[in-house]
Amino acid sequence: MMKNRVIIVRNLVKRFGKFIANDNLSFEVYEGEIFGFLGANGAGKTTALRILSGLSEPTSGEVIVAGFDAKKQPEQIKKNIGYMCQKFSLYEDLTAKENIMLYGGIYGMSKTLIKERTDELLDKLNFREYGDRLISDLPLGLKQKLALSVAVLHEPKIVFLDEPTGGVDPITRRQFWEMIYETAYRGITVFVTTHYMDEAEYCDRISIMSDGKIVALDTPAELKRQYNAKSVEEVFIKIARPKP
Amino acid sequence: MKRFLGFVKKEFLHIFRDFRTLIILFGIPTAQILIFGFVVSTDIKDAKVAFLDLSKDEVTQKISDKICSSGFFRRAGDLENYDEIDLVMKKGKAKAVVVFGANFGVDLISQNKATMSIIADGSEPNTATLITNYLTAIVTDFNREFAGSSLSDNLLVQPEVRMFYNPEMKGHFMFVPGVITLILTLICALMTSITITKEKEFGTMEVLLVSPLKPLQIILGKVTPYFLLSFINVIFILLLSFFVFDLPVKGSLVLLLAESMLYILMSLSFGILISAISKTIQQAIFISFLGLMLPTILLSGFIFPLENMPEAYDWVSAFLPPRYFIVIIKNIMIKGTGFLYVWKETLILMIMTTLFIGLSVRNFKLRLQ
Repeated sequence: MMKNRVIIVRNLVKRFGKFIANDNLSFEVYEGEIFGFLGANGAGKTTALRILSGLSEPTSGEVIVAGFDAKKQPEQIKKNIGYMCQKFSLYEDLTAKENIMLYGGIYGMSKTLIKERTDELLDKLNFREYGDRLISDLPLGLKQKLALSVAVLHEPKIVFLDEPTGGVDPITRRQFWEMIYETAYRGITVFVTTHYMDEAEYCDRISIMSDGKIVALDTPAELKRQYNAKSVEEVFIKIARPKP
Repeated sequence: MKRFLGFVKKEFLHIFRDFRTLIILFGIPTAQILIFGFVVSTDIKDAKVAFLDLSKDEVTQKISDKICSSGFFRRAGDLENYDEIDLVMKKGKAKAVVVFGANFGVDLISQNKATMSIIADGSEPNTATLITNYLTAIVTDFNREFAGSSLSDNLLVQPEVRMFYNPEMKGHFMFVPGVITLILTLICALMTSITITKEKEFGTMEVLLVSPLKPLQIILGKVTPYFLLSFINVIFILLLSFFVFDLPVKGSLVLLLAESMLYILMSLSFGILISAISKTIQQAIFISFLGLMLPTILLSGFIFPLENMPEAYDWVSAFLPPRYFIVIIKNIMIKGTGFLYVWKETLILMIMTTLFIGLSVRNFKLRLQ
């Protein structure tokens, strides 16, 4: 079966003056998969993520996201992706419903559609009583779940999660990953960057970046086999740590 | 457009939900107008004046009566000799002492000339200046009456200090333009820079940039509420000064509002520039205060007259937008002049606005790269 490719990156290079942040990246992401994007700080993850989400232009190379060229049609890309960052991206001084309303409006959804989805979403999360509460009054776990729901409210083809579980306790992280699975099951591709190696195990495929290059890309199981390691963490240490 | 309006609505929600923002928006203007109007009054009323009359004749009696009946001064006592002057001043019994030399009245009639001195308590320079100005004015007035009756010129030669445009020396005339300037600077520059930097610091800016909203829409959406609220504030301050202090706008109200809009635009673009270069809220506040608020208060002629400043400061103040705006509103509000008298200042503000917008667009683009 031929899988649909929602992200195609070929020979992507991004330079800042002399510094090369992304050195000749090539990879593909398939529809409905959970793609883990790993790398130490400064490895070039954020730069790549910004290019994929249409925020920044590649210096050279081809980048196709959701069927649109990142160089020529960044605005089209923006309409077809969702984005959630480490800081949860919800407004603390607005209520849950107001946040949903705001983002729905920004993505051009009609009022009735937003209302429909809001009810659906609040029911699904057992959230009904929290709908009119300010975000700042909600527990962290709920905020995070809500942030993800808001990021996929407009049914994008891909959702980018930039270290979504930073600073969260293990149980909440676990619950959050269940939501990620559900999202992928609905057909939304999940592109996630993370620091936590145990989370990498949950991904369908992972890529590991080091010094602006992708040094490994495969399923977690295959990588472990290749590098003769017990966990992704071990793989990561073997690859990313500079050789003595 | 619908996206944009939803975004603007959200910004209003931020403002109306934050108690501190509301206080800055509406509490501070009211407080400042009332404080400057009632408490920090620069008017003189019942100032204590003592007299040392070495002549004790009809003329000196007339002059001192005139001073005390003016409503500005109250007789704090009559002194017998020069030594007492120091004493009453030190005890704070008098803010000023009026001294008539011996044979004052005789000299005046025979030589058409007589000397008197006014000694004021210089430890409060502002009050002292006001008091001497008032006293001089009263004496000048007396001269005129006296000359009128005896038909002779050059009596009691004294420097005449008249207060143009503010004959009653109403303090609020001076501070209303200053307060409008300060408030607009505060709301537009400080508040916008804070609100935009806040999105950056909380990570929501990233999400907005990834969204289909264009950067320009984001910035406009953030500043539109502040533009509207600042404008409402100008009207609010004008109404307050009209109803509480009887201070009308002498010139064209339309011109005044148009100029205010220009200044609001200038401050907003400055606020955007600040937010473009600062990473955290603290940084934005710091830059706004140091770069704009303090100079507005100290160097723009709001409290301290520009004329009294060393030349170097005058040069510094030439780069400060508030300085020009204060001139503009003073002209329109108090002198009642038209556009012809303020076009230079208007042009300077326009150039500054363009400059700030250009710089912030450039900075914003750099950051996106």
